Parts: sequence; C-alpha cells; structure tokens
Amino acid sequence: MTFSIPNIAFALPEMVLLGFGCALLLIVAYVDRAPQGSGFIAYWFSQATFVITGLVIFQGMGGEGGQTFNGGYIKDGLSDILKLAICLINMVVLLYSRHYLQARGLFTGAYYILAVFATLGMLIMVSAYHFLTLYLGLELLSLCLYAIVAMHRDNKIATEAAMKYFILGALASGMLLYGMSIIYGATGSLAIPEVAEAILSGSVNRVVLNFGLVFLVVGIGFKLGAVPFHMWLPDVYDGAPTAMTLFIATAPKIAGFAMIIRLLAEGLGGAHAHWQTLLIILAVLSMVIGNLAAIAQTNIKRMLAYSTISHVGFILLGVLVGTAEGYAAAMFYVLAYVLMTLGGFGMILLMSRAGFEADNITDYQGLGQRYPWFAMMMMILMFSMAGVPPMVGFFAKFAVINAAVDAGLMPIAIVAPKTFQWALSVNALAVLGLGFFPGALLALCTRIFM
Amino acid sequence: MEKYIFYAFAAILLFSATMVITVRNPVRAALFLVLAFFTSAGIWLMLEAEFLAITLVLVYVGAVMVLFLFVVMMLNVNLTPVQEGFTRYLPLGILVAALITAEMIAVLGASHFGLDIVSAPIAHGANYSNTKELGRLLYTVYVYPFEIASVILTVAIVAAITLTLRRKTSKFQDPGKQVKVRREDRVRLVKMDAVKPKPPAVASEETAS
Repeated sequence: MTFSIPNIAFALPEMVLLGFGCALLLIVAYVDRAPQGSGFIAYWFSQATFVITGLVIFQGMGGEGGQTFNGGYIKDGLSDILKLAICLINMVVLLYSRHYLQARGLFTGAYYILAVFATLGMLIMVSAYHFLTLYLGLELLSLCLYAIVAMHRDNKIATEAAMKYFILGALASGMLLYGMSIIYGATGSLAIPEVAEAILSGSVNRVVLNFGLVFLVVGIGFKLGAVPFHMWLPDVYDGAPTAMTLFIATAPKIAGFAMIIRLLAEGLGGAHAHWQTLLIILAVLSMVIGNLAAIAQTNIKRMLAYSTISHVGFILLGVLVGTAEGYAAAMFYVLAYVLMTLGGFGMILLMSRAGFEADNITDYQGLGQRYPWFAMMMMILMFSMAGVPPMVGFFAKFAVINAAVDAGLMPIAIVAPKTFQWALSVNALAVLGLGFFPGALLALCTRIFM
Repeated sequence: MEKYIFYAFAAILLFSATMVITVRNPVRAALFLVLAFFTSAGIWLMLEAEFLAITLVLVYVGAVMVLFLFVVMMLNVNLTPVQEGFTRYLPLGILVAALITAEMIAVLGASHFGLDIVSAPIAHGANYSNTKELGRLLYTVYVYPFEIASVILTVAIVAAITLTLRRKTSKFQDPGKQVKVRREDRVRLVKMDAVKPKPPAVASEETAS
C-alpha cells in the first residue's frame, strides 16, 4: 500500500469541529467553578461551533470532491448536504433543549462537550469511505450518546435506559464489526470502492459474502431500530430525559442513513439482490409493527418512538429499491423525518416545565383552548408524520413509494400506505410546526444520486 | 507441530472465555479473562504479530486487568445470583448458539478459507521488524482512523468523568476561610440569669386570638 500526502483541506469541517470541541473542553474545565455554572458559556460556544462548522461546510459545497487520507475519507455531494443538515439540526436541538436542561439542573458544560463530539462522530460517518473509518465514527457517536442518555444520574429510569442502550449498542457494533471482518475475508479489502470493485468483478465467494452481509444488515437494523431489532428504542426514548431523546432521535438518524448508503449501496451495490430481500423483511415489519404498536401507546414519547420505527421502515423501503431514485427518496425521507421529529419532541419540551414532564398524551388535553397556536402546530406536525398531503411527510412517503412502484416492488408499496399513522394524528394534538415546501429539497436529493 | 500448539491454545482460549461469563465469582471471572488474554497473545505470536501479542499482555493483563481486579476486590462484590429466567431461556439460547456455530463452521471452514483458496502469508525473516511496519502504516495510511481513535479515547475520559464526578456533594477544606476565622465565628457567649424562666402564659394567648 503506497502512501500519499492527504489533502487535508477536504476534512476541514471535521478539523474545525474537533478544534472547537477541544477548546470547549478547556473552557468548560476553567469556568466550571463559576457561580452560574459552565452551561451558559458552553451553550453559546457550541452554538458558535455549529455555525462556524456549517459555514465551512457551506463554503466547500459544490467545490471539487474526492477521496483523501488513502481512501478513508470522501467529500461528495451526499456528504456536503448531510453534514450541513446535521449542523443545522443540532443547532435547533440545542436551542430547544436549553430551558428543559436549565430547569432540571442538567445545564452543564459536559452535555455540550458530548454533543459537539457526537456531531464530530456523525460528520466522520457521513464522509467515511472505508469500513474502519465508518466503524470508528459510529463508535465515537454511540459513546457520546450513551453518556448523554446517562447524564441524568439521579433518574433511575434514565440510567436503566442508558444501560439498555449501551448493551444493545455494543452488541450491534459487534455484529457490524463481525460482518465487516467476514466481508474483508471475502473481498480482501476494507475500502468501500475496492469492496465494490471486487464484488462486481465476480471473483468473490458468494456464500462468504452473504454470510458477512447478514451480520452487516443485522448490525444496521439494531443501530437504526428496525423491527425485529427495535425493542430497545421505545425504552430508551421513553427513559431518557426528553432533551436527550430529542438529540438521539434526530441528527444521528441522518448519520445512520449515510451509513446504509455507504455500506450497502456503495460498498455492496453488487450484492443488491441479496440485501434487498433482507431489507424487505425489515422494512415491512417495521412499517406494520411500528404503526400498530404506536396506536396502543399512552405515553407520547413511546408513541413517537414507535413512529420512528415505522419511519425507519420507510427509509429502508427507499434504500432497498436500489435505484438512484430510491436513494434520493430515502434521503428526502430521512431529512423530512428529522424535521418532523425535531418538532414533535420540541413540542414535548415546550410543554414540560420544572418538575413536570408532559409525557402522557392526556397531558395535552385542552391544549387547543389554552395555546391554540401550538395546538395547530402540533396538528400540522402530526398530520405531516401521518403523511397528509400538503405537509412534507406526504411528499416523503410519496417519493419513497413512487420509487418502490417504479422498481416493480408493488406488494410492499401497498403494505406501506395502509399503515399510515392515522392513529398518531388522532391521538395527539400539539407540536411545534415547521411549514415546509418540499420541492427544492427533493430536487437536491435527486440531483446527488442522478 | 504448529497446528497442535494452535489447537491447544484455541481450546484453552474458548474454555477460559466460557468460564469468564459462567463463573459466579467476579474475581475468578477476571482471572479467567487474564488467561484468555494470555492464550490469545500466544495465538498472535504464532501469527507473527509479536508486537500486538506483547502489547496485549502488557496493556490488558498488566494494566487493565490488574486495575479491574483491584476494583472487584475493593468493592467486595458478592457472588452474583443466577439470573431469573436463565434456565428457562437456556434451551432456546443453546439452540440458537448451536445453529449459528453450525453455520459458521459451514461458511468459515476449509471449503471457503482453505490454503488452496487463500494462500498462506509469506513468512518474514528474523530481521523483519513488525513494530516498525505497524508504526509506519499507523502514521501514514491509517493516520485518519488513528486520529479518530484518539478522539474516542478523549470522549471516553470525558464521559467517565461526567458520569462519576459529583463536585457539589464532595466535602473539601478552604484554607483561606480557615485562616480568616475569628473567635466570634466559633464561640458565642450568652449571658443567662440563674433563675428559672416563667412558664408561658398559655391561657391569655388563647383568649387574645
């Protein structure tokens, strides 16, 4: 293997984020004894970090892409858009969760340090072009998320949720790593383009490859929370403090989507027929069970968790089509999902106050009379999640199903709309809405893969 | 000969790894883990990965496991009771494990990874430096993963401190305050009469209210 001096300029966003993260670490260490705590300074510093990182990403957008660090890193249209989305989403997440954290004594510098490093992990995953880099980015992200969930130490449920998250996350990482090692055994490489090339050349032993592929898909299923690997998701979403749930439910899903695209679409694109079958099972089960279980919930966080499971099913549906159109639809879906979830958990944060968690759906009774504006916003969000036409959720579902039908996957496409989350919108009444026009974003997603 | 050494090491490794999770005394489990590390170091030595083998012994056995044993002994952890439902789920667990093992043997056996398919690596001479090669690769080709790994370790420290440090509740001395203390802060002299105080006028209060 020959070594070439890496083009460091490509990785500027990661380096900026890492530099600011380390600076934040030092600042928090010094101001921690200040009377009002380190939260205030850490909050503004991390917001500034995300703004600057976002600007750096924006600056490099549309410029020349390519690989560097000996194939470990890639800068392309996909990575630019997703990275920018991650930075923007995390800014909103921090904004939403600030008052919640202040009211519960969790407004400390440590949370913001972990949030910045988790974001770094997401960026690394999005531009990983090597199994090793992808795995390390995932571990960096997961480690931060476990700690973020466990941060509310006096809360027994949160600690239990963190324990579950940690153990199942470690199991999933093990599966993923094992699958990667088997694929290395089959193809002789860990670099994504080399793996793809080896598979397309036909010299790879199919049995061994499929064996590794199964572990890989199981690992992805665990990490994303697709049925039948979903059991941890409602417990963790419910158990974690709502601000932490907001964090783990939004931007990491974008990174998870990037992981699927890099691993399955780009790395194992030649074995599409094999992973398509696996993903069909996961997608159909996730859509059906996610929606059905959501109806029975009385806790709004659990309901949103089951809704997440069904959204994961839709994302997988877009990916399993295996066409550029399908990937674009899945990407549009994941961005729309994050936007809706941001609003959904944002609304719970808005309604919670010190000593009171607006966790139950009955807590939202009478919201329409007291706060008609927020009730309407919540309604818009729930309608969007259910996929009612003028909202972004409709266009996302439409694009995914359209791609599936175009690829001749009619039976699955029929299962999907039947299980639209009507129950979700009937059950709940309130959230922070984000009116959104889908045309521009959809076109952008399409352009990346075309 | 090499084959038999490998099988001996592998058998001990599997045995000790099983014991780690089945033994009920945590100290014994930790000691079995040490044994597992030693045998895997032996296997790595046979693979000519000398540096990794020595690192495994030095870092894991020498540092990590010693600390681990320290903590286990300090905490005075008792025998862990058998988990509820352990025996109930045992048959199913064994079935699944046996299935996966059979599949793994079928896929990973000699039919797919035999020497005729995957050629054996070339044995290096005595002057070949494993460590040097490792260092060269780590700081050139794999510099990016290497840096990410260092960030992960940093985050691990941050997370550990966040989850364990409780500054608010810890007691500490402030020498400045100790020096500044005056007699009046510590002792309050109260002048009191030697007579017994009168009992409070209960009845009058009641009529007043």
